[in-house]
Parts: sequence; structure tokens; C-alpha cells
Amino acid sequence: MTNSQLTPGVAAGRLGADKYRDNFADIAPRFDPHEALVAADRCYFCHDAPCVTACPTTIDIPLFIRQIATGTPEAAARTIFAQNILGGMCARVCPTEQLCEEVCVREVAEGRPVEIGRLQRFATDALMEMPDHPFMRAAATGRKIAVVGAGPAGLSAAHRLAMKGHEVTIFDARPKAGGLNEYGIASYKTPEGFAQAELEWLLKIGGITVRHGQALGREITLEGLTGDFAAVVLSIGLGGVNALRADGENKQNVLNAVDFIAELRQAADVAGLPVGRDVVVIGGGMTAIDAAVQSKLLGAENVTIAYRRGRDRMSASEHEQDHARSVGVRIIYNAAPVGIVGEDAVQEIVLAYTEDGPDGLKTGSETFRLKADQVFKAIGQTLAGHSDALELAGGKIAVTGAGRTSLKGVWAAGDCASGGDDLTVTAVAEGRDAAEDIHASLMG
Amino acid sequence: MADLTTDFIGIKSPNPFWLASAPPTDKEYNVRRAFDAGWGGVVWKTLGAEGPPIVNVNGPRYGAVYGADRRLLGLNNIELITDRPLEVNLREIKQVKRDYPDRALVISLMVPCDEQNWKAILGHIEDTGADGVELNFGCPHGMSERGMGSAVGQVPEYIEMVTRWVKQYSRMPCIVKLTPNITDICKPAAAAKRGGADAVSLINTINSITSVDLDNFAPEPTIDGKGAHGGYCGPAVKPIALSMVSEIARHEETGGLPISGIGGVTTWRDAAEFMALGAGNVQVCTAAMTYGFRVVQEMISGLSQYLDEKEIGSTADLVGRAVPNVTNWQFLNLNYVTKAEIDQDLCIKCGRCYAACEDTSHQAIAMSDDRVFSVIDEECVACNLCIDVCPVEDCITMRELPVGAVDPRTGKKVGAYANWTTHPNNPMAQAAE
Repeated sequence: MTNSQLTPGVAAGRLGADKYRDNFADIAPRFDPHEALVAADRCYFCHDAPCVTACPTTIDIPLFIRQIATGTPEAAARTIFAQNILGGMCARVCPTEQLCEEVCVREVAEGRPVEIGRLQRFATDALMEMPDHPFMRAAATGRKIAVVGAGPAGLSAAHRLAMKGHEVTIFDARPKAGGLNEYGIASYKTPEGFAQAELEWLLKIGGITVRHGQALGREITLEGLTGDFAAVVLSIGLGGVNALRADGENKQNVLNAVDFIAELRQAADVAGLPVGRDVVVIGGGMTAIDAAVQSKLLGAENVTIAYRRGRDRMSASEHEQDHARSVGVRIIYNAAPVGIVGEDAVQEIVLAYTEDGPDGLKTGSETFRLKADQVFKAIGQTLAGHSDALELAGGKIAVTGAGRTSLKGVWAAGDCASGGDDLTVTAVAEGRDAAEDIHASLMG
Repeated sequence: MADLTTDFIGIKSPNPFWLASAPPTDKEYNVRRAFDAGWGGVVWKTLGAEGPPIVNVNGPRYGAVYGADRRLLGLNNIELITDRPLEVNLREIKQVKRDYPDRALVISLMVPCDEQNWKAILGHIEDTGADGVELNFGCPHGMSERGMGSAVGQVPEYIEMVTRWVKQYSRMPCIVKLTPNITDICKPAAAAKRGGADAVSLINTINSITSVDLDNFAPEPTIDGKGAHGGYCGPAVKPIALSMVSEIARHEETGGLPISGIGGVTTWRDAAEFMALGAGNVQVCTAAMTYGFRVVQEMISGLSQYLDEKEIGSTADLVGRAVPNVTNWQFLNLNYVTKAEIDQDLCIKCGRCYAACEDTSHQAIAMSDDRVFSVIDEECVACNLCIDVCPVEDCITMRELPVGAVDPRTGKKVGAYANWTTHPNNPMAQAAE
């Protein structure tokens, strides 16, 4: 392999093996026990703590931190898992800087919050290493419930339903369960097969059957499920991808960022993944950041994120933007793609400056060009594969209360449901709450 | 620069910071390092009677109590007096004193409680050139089981008797080191004074078990599955020591008796507090054992800066300044009314004051929906708990209501000084004069 960062076009093996290993190592390794004690001691055990309010799953954060501080991380983990069964993944991927840590009184006072996310990982890792699953199932109810989609919302719902004594079957379209946990999160945030390990641990509760390769509208139908099961949870995520609507979008090497990220997550050896020398990512969310950062980590020489609005509108947090910049990604604000140039494959992308005013976003006449061997589209996902029988709201399945859809006996949770903010932790909360609502409806 | 030189019962030292009789002062090597680091004096680790040396345990001697980040707050030990031969200690003391003539060097002593033993040991130390003796009537572990240490210190008559022997057979200044493991510290202090002691030093360590091994169900430090109580020292004991020092300083029988203050002195500020409560100097151990001898430099510079800022010319002028303000509860002004006040700019909205007041006190703090915390003057009894639990310094303060102002809690006007002795609710109240 003689490729380097300067190899033209799209090429694999741009870096040495050591570099790849370093680049895709755990970005925030687990605290050692003393680090955890020092970090835990910084918590003030606030009254009616703002961090708890900010947590979509309402974890009792001061309590679990105190449990760590007193040498019982396993008890801390039970506090976490009781609210959020995917607390291990959330500890790794939650944008804590926009949630619990943003409102930590020590962030407000000193600009340095209690490191809640890393403490949560310390606790959850400790308990997940124990041989036994921490929760027991209630007596069997005899009710069968279908969950469609084995992502965070579906797994959360399934675990809670199984715990209540129901028999759960999860139908998932992909070969592996986990949804975005398995296919959609940057590698360095969840290395070493954590998503599958967490899945196996979660399924230890029992009473959950996972059936792979079962897509809604293909192998299974909503009508069929509602006939066979006492309740159905739709947690199918957003399977479609928005188009750029720019000329030349169909040229080679103009790809969906989510596919690139999924491919990277499934790669046995990242050295074998081709990446452009010049990469341009279009978008402003976490997917854009993850695609850009990982392009850089794969050895791309120049990586640019182009976002059509200003910095303050970017949905990726400041922390994530800073991280991207720190690995050498350039972020251009107020620029929208208007054309893709190249023979068969992309060679350049044409962008126009934009202005975000009271009348909305306006694309100006002034344009510029960026060299691009690869363009990743990360401008949002859309609902796909859902049943026409469901009412929609804002392009998602309309829900009221704890995920009740317009169809009796059908709940929706996670990214596919209306409302919410498309975070893993929100999906977990919605899945859990839908499960509680189903249980109350069936047993009440 | 303030003058830090100290004359304590005729023993001069360049500063008031002495190392207490303890492991750091057990031998020449350590004491030389201490003097080189700047310590004003040393009380050599306790010597015992001639004969086979003392034997120590060969397992752990110390147990610890930690604060955040393993900061040592309390230490306990089960070490005995020196376990080196008497003649070796005496030779080294003589050598060190000759090489550091400007430093104070006091020898701590503990021998069986009979006149002959005390006469003999005093004869041995007379020609070391040491500046004085300190009688160890304080050690609460090991030696006390053999009728020495705190076993003597807990019986005022014994203290008086031994002190008398020491003054009879020696011309050296004599400090009596007191145990805190008693109910009234003034009793042993008065006994020492009656026996002719030139000063008392306190506190020695407090009977303690620092922790229990919950796997093996044994006290720590654990020696082969068993544990014995040790002597507790370090920052955690300072409040107890300060109170005992103040009691001796203001007691009619012992007031004016020079005091060497001991117990958790860790910084210059601790030293200044002991001195303000009547200590002529201080003795340090745990701080040196935790951080090494260099800590004395902070103590020297800090005390010096403080005295300069207060325009106090010498350490002698600081000694006892706070003693007149130590009083009994019954003389406290019951008409002194304050109210807590929260500085909203400093408040970080943690709500600890609210939880403390609402759950455990007087429901005198209000919390709004947007987490603004404010004091309800009608309920506030000025207990100070909110200040004590607030993580932000000076965020909550106490505002004094002037005489004549109406206290919203009682609806009454704040009156002039009046205490319990004349209070109408006091069945023992004296008639107002």
C-alpha cells in the first residue's frame, strides 16, 4: 500500500496502521476509579437539580454521582438504567454539552461542568461487566407485543415491556439490531463493538425475540402486526435521505453521509475504506460532523463542511464543531451547493453564498468552487416505509401523549414520531414512555 | 516584616512553628532536615526509661480519614514512643543542638510513674544542651496500658506529682503535654500549674478508630485481623484543640499559663488562630507528615504577611487577642438579630440552601419557578446553615438589624444588649439592676 494523504481521487489506505488505530480509538476513555471519585466530588447534589430537568430520560444525576462518590458505581448504574436502559450508549453519544452539562450549576458558575457523561459511563460500564442483568421480569401477562425497529426507541420500549411481563418480538430490517447505535454513530464514540455488547446485555432480561431482515411494508405489514399482536410500537427511524436538489447530484462519489458512516461502522478494517483527497460535506447536524471528522481520520487531506446557515443555527453543538475543527475540518457557514461538476465522478462542487434574513434563507448570485473527490450529503433524513394508514405531522408519524398514533393499538417512538429532537436519549425516553402507556392500556 | 521570633517560657526560636514530638522528630536525620527547611523548633520524639527499647508493631501504624481527592483530613497512629536506644537519642540530640544553636530543641519524656525513674531520666538529659522538657502525659495508646501517657494525664494528682518531681530534679523549663481524652481540660492544666509546670501543650491525640474494614470486620489500621484504637490528629481535630486551648486561656486558675498549641495546624492561618486564642507558639505534625517539611515556608510567609497587614509587630502581640471574646452562652447578646441575605449575582442556583432550610431548618428560603432563591425574613432565625452549605464564598451573608429596627419574624423592635441571665423566660434570671 503506497497511498498517502496526497494520493489523488478516492483511495484507501492513506495512513499507516498505527495512525488508523489512534484515530479510531475511544475518544473519551472510561475514567479510572480515582478520576471518577474526583469528578464525582465536584457535584453539589443540587436541590431539584437542573441537570435532571435537562435530561430527556430524567435520570437522577445527583443521586447516581453520590453513589459513585461513595464507592458503589453498580448502585449508580441501577439509578441510571431504571430511567434509561441504554444509559451506556447515551453516556457515550449524548450531546451532554447541550443537555445536563450545559445547565450544571458549575458550568454556569465556572465554565466547567461536572463531567456527568463520563461519570455515567464509569457507572454503567461497571455494572455491565457484572454477570447478571440488573432487572427482573414481572409475572408473565400472556400479552404479545410487536416492536418495529431495533434502534434506541425500539430497544428501550422492548426492554420495558419485557420487564412488565409481556412477550416482545422486535422486527428489524437490517442484519444487525441496534439501529443508529450500530449503524449511525461515529466509530470513535463507541468503539470495540459496544453497540452489540449493549444489545446482548439488554436482551438478557428475557422475553424479547429479535427477527432480522423484517422491513415494514416488505416482509411485514402494519395490518398484519395489529392482527397478531396486542400492541405495536413503531420505532422505524428515518429511513430516507433528503436530496441536495443541485445540478449533477447523481455523479459518482456523491454519497449519503449516513451510508458512509454505516459502512465505516461495519468495516472490519478501516484501512480498507476509500476516502477522497478532497472531501466536502453538506449539512449542519451531527451526521455532517461525524462524516467530516471520520473522513479526516481516514486520511483525507482537505475536508470541508458547508452549511447553508450561520454558526448559531447549526444543530451540531459548539463542542462538536470545535472537535471537528481540532482534527482539521474546515467549516464554511452561509454557503449552499448549487452544482456538482465532473465527468463521471465529482471533481468540484459549486456553492453560493446565502443570507439568512427575516424572509428566510436567500441564495445569492456569488458562487465559489471547492475541489471535491467525494461529496457527502447530510441534510437530513425523512420518514420512509411507513403505512399510509397513519396520520403524519411535519413529515413524521403524528403522536399524542406517550406516543399514541392515529391508529388504535399502535404507538410510535423515536425519530419517526412527531416532536422530539432526534437524539438517542430522546428516543430512549419515548420508547420507555410508550411501553408504560401500552402496559397501562393493556392491564388497566 | 513582622518579627516572628518567639520567646516561649525562656526558649527562643526564630519562628513559632515547632515540630511536635512524633515520628518526624525521632532521629537526627529528620530533625536536621526540619531545621534546614526552616522550622523554629523541635520537640524530640518521646524518650523512655533506660533499658530494652520499645517495640512497635510491624504492620500498619497509621489510619486515615480523607476528604475530596484523597486530601488527608485526619490521621491516627498506634506508634509508641521512640524505639531507638536512649543513648543513641541523647548523642544525636546533643549533636543537633550544637549545630543549630538558634533553634528550640525540647525533649519529650515518658517513664514509669515513680520518682526514681523520673530522677534518672532527667539526669541523662541534663547535659544534652536541650532547651527544655515536655512531659508526655498524652499518648492514648499502648503506653497508657502500661500506666504511662494518658493514664497519667487523666489523673490530675499524678500530673501534679510528676511535674513536681521534674521541677525538683531539673532546672530545665518544663512543658506538660495534655491529653484531650478527659471531660474538663482545665483540671489537668491546673494540676500541671500547681506542680510547677512552666507551660502546657495541647492537645495530644484523641482516642480513635478511623474506619472499619467491612470485608474483614476489623478496625483500621488492621494488624493481622485485629485493630486497637489509636491517637487521632490532623486538620479534623483542630476545632476540639482550639476549644480546649481557649478554656485553659480563660480559666481563672490557669489563665496566663503559657500554652503551646497543638492539633491540626496545617497553615499559617491555623497557627494564627491558636495564637489568638492564647497559644504562645504552635506544634505541628500531620501537615509535615502529609506534605513534607517545606510547608513551614508557607506558614512563615503567611503569618508574617498577616501580622504586617494587621500592623501587629510581633507574635507576642498576637497571643491571646481573641481570648476576651470567648465567653459562655449565657452572656451572648440575645438582642443581636441578623437575617440571611443572598447575593443574586453570585448565586449559582444549586439550591442547597433551600434544601437545607426547607428540610432541616425553618422554611425561610423561597424558591421560584426559575430557581431564584430568596430569604423570607419573617421566618429566618439567622441560624447560618444556608451559609455553611453554600458552595460559593460570600454568596450568602448575614445582615445585622440595627437597634430599633423591627424584626419581621417577631414583629418586635431590636433592643439593646441583653442576655439569658436577665431574660424573663429564665427561671434563674437575676433581677435587672
